[in-house]
Amino acid sequence: MNSSCATKTQAACQNCPIHHAANLKKLGVTMENWDYVTALAGNPNTGKSTVFNALTGLHQHTGNWPGKTVTRAEGGFVYRKARYKIVDLPGTYSLLATSLDEEVARNFLLFGQPDVTIIVVDATRLERNLNLVLQVLEITDRAVVSLNLLDEARRKKIQVDERQLARDLGVPVIPTAARQGEGIPELLQAISNVATGKIICKPYRLKDTIPAIDQVLMQLTSHVETLFPQLPNARWVALRLLDGDTHIIEAITTGELSNLSGLNAKSSATEGSLQVAS
Amino acid sequence: MNDKQENVIALLEHAAALRSQMGDNFHDHLSESLYAEAACIADRAVSHPPKKPRFDLDRTLDSIVTSRKWGFPLMILLFTLVFWITISGANIPSVLISHLLIDTIHPILKTGATNLGLPWWLSGFLLDGMYLATAWIISVMLPPMAIFFPLFTLLEDFGYLPRVAFNLDNFFKKAGAHGKQSLSMMMGFGCNAAGIVSTRIIDSPRERLIAIITNNFALCNGRWPTQILIASLFIGALVPAHLAGLISALAVVGVTLLGVFLTFLVSWALSKSVLKGEVSAFSLELPPYRPPRFWQTLYSSLIDRTIFVLWRAVVFAMPAGAVIWLTANLHIGNQTIAEYLINFLNPFGLLIGLNGVILLAYIIAIPANEIVIPTILMLTALVHGGNSGHEAGVLFTVESNSALLNLFHAGNWTLLTAVNLMLFSLIHNPCSTTIYTIYKETGSAKWTTLAALLPLGLGFCVTFVVAQVWKLLAG
Repeated sequence: MNSSCATKTQAACQNCPIHHAANLKKLGVTMENWDYVTALAGNPNTGKSTVFNALTGLHQHTGNWPGKTVTRAEGGFVYRKARYKIVDLPGTYSLLATSLDEEVARNFLLFGQPDVTIIVVDATRLERNLNLVLQVLEITDRAVVSLNLLDEARRKKIQVDERQLARDLGVPVIPTAARQGEGIPELLQAISNVATGKIICKPYRLKDTIPAIDQVLMQLTSHVETLFPQLPNARWVALRLLDGDTHIIEAITTGELSNLSGLNAKSSATEGSLQVAS
Repeated sequence: MNDKQENVIALLEHAAALRSQMGDNFHDHLSESLYAEAACIADRAVSHPPKKPRFDLDRTLDSIVTSRKWGFPLMILLFTLVFWITISGANIPSVLISHLLIDTIHPILKTGATNLGLPWWLSGFLLDGMYLATAWIISVMLPPMAIFFPLFTLLEDFGYLPRVAFNLDNFFKKAGAHGKQSLSMMMGFGCNAAGIVSTRIIDSPRERLIAIITNNFALCNGRWPTQILIASLFIGALVPAHLAGLISALAVVGVTLLGVFLTFLVSWALSKSVLKGEVSAFSLELPPYRPPRFWQTLYSSLIDRTIFVLWRAVVFAMPAGAVIWLTANLHIGNQTIAEYLINFLNPFGLLIGLNGVILLAYIIAIPANEIVIPTILMLTALVHGGNSGHEAGVLFTVESNSALLNLFHAGNWTLLTAVNLMLFSLIHNPCSTTIYTIYKETGSAKWTTLAALLPLGLGFCVTFVVAQVWKLLAG
């Protein structure tokens, strides 16, 4: 996209929002005709697919039950002359990847590095939804929270102070009722602001309450960084390693992690087929 | 490369060493702090209503639809209602469409072809084969689908399906399967290929395989029309007219429930034999009830499901129609190919209470269940159409359901044939799309073969037993 800028202002370019085209291609997303890639993450049944439809004008079938989207759906939209590709991820409660759908979502956020991640949360169940938000914010810097199902919250007389929430999370929070199309223009603007770098997010990072962990984590993070210099979110990978995450350990031993971090040109974009011991 | 591997091993060992240093409660500590921080942030942003509303509609509804006492009767009642509306509503538009497409447009096209001087085989191939096959599908399948799919989608959007899954969870646990299998089964009621992809929500490979193999017992889009049509023609005819719709609806519900029962039975058998293991824990979040957005649901169910299924049927049936016309007009000796095949399959078909036409139709319809009924109609007309002085392989005019029934009677269909066709439509091999999806998801030819042949074998057994018992009782 901009080879000229690479030599001159490398430091700035690392901060500016540009998708990792090579990694995305390995994940099966082509970016030929698009300027930015955005991902939709969130708990099951918070209306991700409805937000997807509202943004793209598509009619992806939405169902009122958790687990309707297990694979990724893709669409696109144009906003202020920039072309956005949008990827609807399966709904998950966490990114600890115990099942295939969680893995699909996590791999995309971790390795695909979308320019903007839209985290759709259920305004009536904010506390539980924030679990996932905090985990996503550990992985990515560029996020927008869509405080969805506002209509249901209103009906239940639950009030959410989106400004307070935005201050705490360090990312834009846009109240939406996607079924009614409410808040979609504001959401689009926030997405565009984050994608173009007009808004620089300062996402909330989990506090390490025990100092011992902090030190150990730093040690391991630097080890991960030396081995995979191009890998973003090395801290998060280190944290997962400390937790004994078998998926991440596997990704490291099979070389999938180094493939996706651009060290090895060999591609291995398998989107999870079930291995059965016979 | 070796260096790299050594580095990787060193890193993993480093991590393992540090992990043991952290102690066992590291993971708990991590999740706890995550929850605590989430709670803290939420607490600052959310203000709840001062006092809890006295009446919570969602909770009241849930206490009824998921109650031990009312859950199941209500479920049966709702599904019966849906099928009853479908069956009684589809009749009139069906007749109108077949009048238009078959009685009016087809003769015009034929005359046009003659005037243009098209050779008889070309006009037969195009108009009597491909056009009529398409016309049949549209008139027989469009009206019930256009009623059934929106109704089903409304139920889905309202949030009823997860409650059904909740009701069934206990049975799945007893069968040694995962509770989430009830969700993939719900998806299967739309399309088995989609249902099989949706088993990805199940973590354990063992339970996922059980869910994949048994998904075929959930009646799919392509099979609902068969069930609805045969039930309304044969089962409904057994009772006085004012009860016909209700009884046919109950028959379809019965077959659906049999499918659910078979899902449990086969899951149980698998988990006791080739796929032994523990049941893993499962939590299901019941989503809030949401008033469906009527017009949007109507639109998306018409576009996504009705037109989609219809299009698939037409795409697969046009070549099938052409093939059928060809087999009806090409001869081996003094028999047509179709007659030859039907006669070959007939003895086995009769043994299991079906006939050669139905079996041949199921072979032709492997690509799509949607074309079973049109293929059966065309083949029946082909073999027995001669009696009423029609050209071979040409569907003759059918003005109403009673004429359809006459066609079936001409093919020596009995009530047993109809019942066993409904059973066989439920219990037979998945369509080729589904088989391919199973292969893609499992990556194993062995399990794919099992998933394809197990229901077929079971179908033969069930129809055979029903046929033999029927003959004993009747004879």
